[in-house]
Amino acid sequence: MSGPRPLRLPEHIVEIVSDAGEGAQKAALAFAQLCAKSGNGLWTVEIIPSEIRPPPHTTGSASGNRIRLAERARVTNAGNRANVVLAFNEMALLSRLEAGSLADDVLVLIDDHWATHEDEKYRLSYREVLDEFRSRGATIVEVPLAKETLRHAEDAQQGKNMFAVGILCALYSKDLDLLDDVIRDIFKAKDRRVIELAVRLAAAGHQYGVTHFDRCFEIEAHPSDVAKVAMNGNTALALGAVSAGFEICSMYPITPATSASHALSEIFEDFGGFVHQAEDEIAAIGVALGASYAGKTALTITSGPGMALKTEFQGLAVMTETPLVIVDVQRGGPSTGLPTKIEQSDLLHAIYGAPGDAPKVVIAPSTIEECYYILSIARKIAEEFRMLVIVLSDANLATGQQLFNRPDVSQTPRRPPLDLSPVAPGALPYDWDPTTGLSQRLLPGQPDGMGVTTSLNHDRNGKARYDAESNQRGHAMRSRKLAALQKTLNPPSVHGAPQGDLLLVGWGSTRGAIEEAVDVARSEGLSVSSLHIQFLSPLPPGLLEIFARFRQIITVELNYSDDWNDPLITNENRRYGQLAWILRAATLQDIDCIARVPGRPYMPVEILEEVKRILADRPGVASSAPALAAGKGVH
Amino acid sequence: MSTLTDLCLMESHASEAHTLDDYESERPRWCSGCGDHGVLAGLQRVLRKNNLDPENVVSVSGIGCSSRLPHYLKTYGFHGIHGRALPIATGVRLSRPELPVIVIMGDGDCFSIGGNHWLHAIRYNINAVVLVLDNEVYALTKMQVSPTTPDGWKTNTTPRGTYLKPMNPLSTVMGMTNISFVAQTATWLPAHLDETIEKAWEHHGLSFVRILQRCPVFMPKAFGEGGVHFPLVFLDHDDGIPVHPSLLARGTVQAHNHRDINEAQRAAVSVDPCPMGLVYQDPEVPSYEEIRWQRQERPDHRTFLQRLDAVMDRYAAG
Ligand SMILES: Cc1ncc(C[n+]2csc(CCOP(=O)(O)OP(=O)(O)O)c2C)c(N)n1
Ligand code: SF4
Ligand SMILES: [Mg+2]
Repeated sequence: MSGPRPLRLPEHIVEIVSDAGEGAQKAALAFAQLCAKSGNGLWTVEIIPSEIRPPPHTTGSASGNRIRLAERARVTNAGNRANVVLAFNEMALLSRLEAGSLADDVLVLIDDHWATHEDEKYRLSYREVLDEFRSRGATIVEVPLAKETLRHAEDAQQGKNMFAVGILCALYSKDLDLLDDVIRDIFKAKDRRVIELAVRLAAAGHQYGVTHFDRCFEIEAHPSDVAKVAMNGNTALALGAVSAGFEICSMYPITPATSASHALSEIFEDFGGFVHQAEDEIAAIGVALGASYAGKTALTITSGPGMALKTEFQGLAVMTETPLVIVDVQRGGPSTGLPTKIEQSDLLHAIYGAPGDAPKVVIAPSTIEECYYILSIARKIAEEFRMLVIVLSDANLATGQQLFNRPDVSQTPRRPPLDLSPVAPGALPYDWDPTTGLSQRLLPGQPDGMGVTTSLNHDRNGKARYDAESNQRGHAMRSRKLAALQKTLNPPSVHGAPQGDLLLVGWGSTRGAIEEAVDVARSEGLSVSSLHIQFLSPLPPGLLEIFARFRQIITVELNYSDDWNDPLITNENRRYGQLAWILRAATLQDIDCIARVPGRPYMPVEILEEVKRILADRPGVASSAPALAAGKGVH
Repeated sequence: MSTLTDLCLMESHASEAHTLDDYESERPRWCSGCGDHGVLAGLQRVLRKNNLDPENVVSVSGIGCSSRLPHYLKTYGFHGIHGRALPIATGVRLSRPELPVIVIMGDGDCFSIGGNHWLHAIRYNINAVVLVLDNEVYALTKMQVSPTTPDGWKTNTTPRGTYLKPMNPLSTVMGMTNISFVAQTATWLPAHLDETIEKAWEHHGLSFVRILQRCPVFMPKAFGEGGVHFPLVFLDHDDGIPVHPSLLARGTVQAHNHRDINEAQRAAVSVDPCPMGLVYQDPEVPSYEEIRWQRQERPDHRTFLQRLDAVMDRYAAG
């Protein structure tokens, strides 16, 4: 390849944005796969317009993707502000500035056809936005996306995204042949003419970049000996469900959970499974529960509003001790909220949402790789403990892509046939071990085990009972299982030093950003560590001991907490982030939180800034919490 | 096409004939004179007649007086939550199609809170006997209006009389795609009740049976004081529910072709006199679980692993 010498970098973040429907998502997919296949570590996040048919050429219409690619194979989050943005128009570009996603010195690649557009309105807006970017320190490179595409296609809309990928291929010194393969693979279901055009446009874009750019980058890729895969979290959940041995997934469509069911529907029947799309979320969990009662391994997948509808059935699963797994791919709430965006606001609902005292297990994956493995853990617990297990994923994991070690499918356990042997004399449907609450489950079809499984309070015989003693006992037995499970868990390990001034505590997909922030802070000499909690119910053992070694404990969460500076907020009425509530209750410690609802992942740098402010404000004062510890009496 | 009974007998462990005791669990706690007793007895007789192994039958119910039935039937049973028996039953059918399923619901359970599931279960046409014990009232919760409470009747939530006309469950289900079996009977006609349940049992698909059920406690005057002054019309067909001479005192007889959907819809719409017997049957409608099982592959473990590996290949990178 001729052209400038590439600048070697350890990592870069590039965003690709267009109007909705113009294909930036496809372009990004192709570029991400190009990076993944060449061996770069990778994390991507979708940029999703808020409406289905937003008015074109507005900030609300911006659609695309953020791609963080790195020399190291393991990337755990979407990173900080973007270094490069490729925009199909200036409003899409502006939307990323408004979202706070771009570095001041960002390199902007933008389609130049607006500069000479016949409509003065567009020419003006284009100039204004670019001036604004220049004044902030951005470098602007205008590229002839539409014009060049028109030399190959009748309609610039059909294919300028492929020209754009070609440009990125040149900008990042990637192999055009590999891009060719990637594009052919992405469009394999399409007409041959479409594929050839796409490939031709990508080559043209590449050629343009190589001949016109005065700079290019290289994020070195190290093809590793270990096989890798790249996929999004919902696909990982779907493949994980298959490998965990699930047999029925009963669901009702809801963003951002639906694509997991799509991925599963595509393959499940080949593996002896079903995806059943029920008439609503209540029926969805009902079918899963019925299937599980009859002996099959069942799960249901949903998001917040669907979780709400499933609560009565959750109580039934708990009461009847029917194993069941619910995946909640969290989105912004309450109500319809921010349906496509990330939030971690269902934690308390997951733990406490069902009426009555309904102990259940709640776990959360922190990476896309974990999305694959977590359903095996969930299934195992659900079956061994006869419990309801809720898996809290989120919109960020759902749609982002990560590169990770290819799972070894040969480890997938064999699915044993149902044991329908006659029930031993004296065996009871709730033969609770008094210490652990565990019992053996009977299945329909087992001779001599006939009896009713009831939602009413019942005794060890499964008989409905209304007396205080059996009610107390049933509750204790169901609750004890959580304690028994907790005894089997390992204490979580601290990231960073085991003691210090500040411990950040997080759960779910914020882990990567928190740990990255901690690494940077520590390299700058700050005394901060972090703790990731995978088991939210029961909490893992050892928290008190870990917390005791830090001066301050603060959770970092993507959910709402009142700002200490709000005029009415006091330490009596303040509402905390959801993990903070739980930890405060469990440990009786004054645990504060960084808890916000931006509808996007935290950038490590934002957490870093908070850490610096908190540590500067010391002793024991969080930035948003003036005099949190010291000023108890003042508020 | 195999019926529920065939499937169950295939799985039979015991070859000995069962007695009625084999299907009796604890003593029923319904009020004396409650029509639910008769439905339980009828079901037990049908199970015995078909010599079903109790461990291979699953009864599923919601919440209500009627939904207590699984407690008294010595099979596997699932006494679930209000309105949701059908999704649970669908789950059982999807996962263990060899197990015959009986669903017991009240009128509030099925037509009101469970209405969505009711309509969709009919469309799925799961293979199950679905008995709605319709006493035209919410009994367990002590006499509130139900979707089938007669026009103007007083209940605790309509002390000055109901506001709306009752719904007609038969015409509702006759409007559903995939409806495959509709029958109506009453708890004060035990022989007709038994024969209707038997017919429902033999049907392959969702057999929807509305059972007019006496509740002497909260609705003593319903159904013309328990059938005394309640005009019936018995639908008659060689292949339908037999109209024994003893029934003639209770109503008129009308020739009816239950295979003809238009005729069935006409019969379903009429409420006075109230149609009794087999309203509609189409044995050819495939059941949902059958469709799903036919399309599903059951690979051995090696093939399973090979396929999973092939799926993983699609995401190979780096
Ligand atoms: C979600 C829910 N809502 C309400 C109730 C209270 N409830 C129990 S049974 C019932 C109605 C029972 O009427 P029906 O279904 O006709 O049965 P019946 O008692 O008449 O046999 C109601 C409203 C409940 N158990 N659960
Ligand atoms: S209240 Fe009515 S429906 Fe309930 S058991 Fe008594 S008679 Fe039967
Ligand atoms: Mg009723």
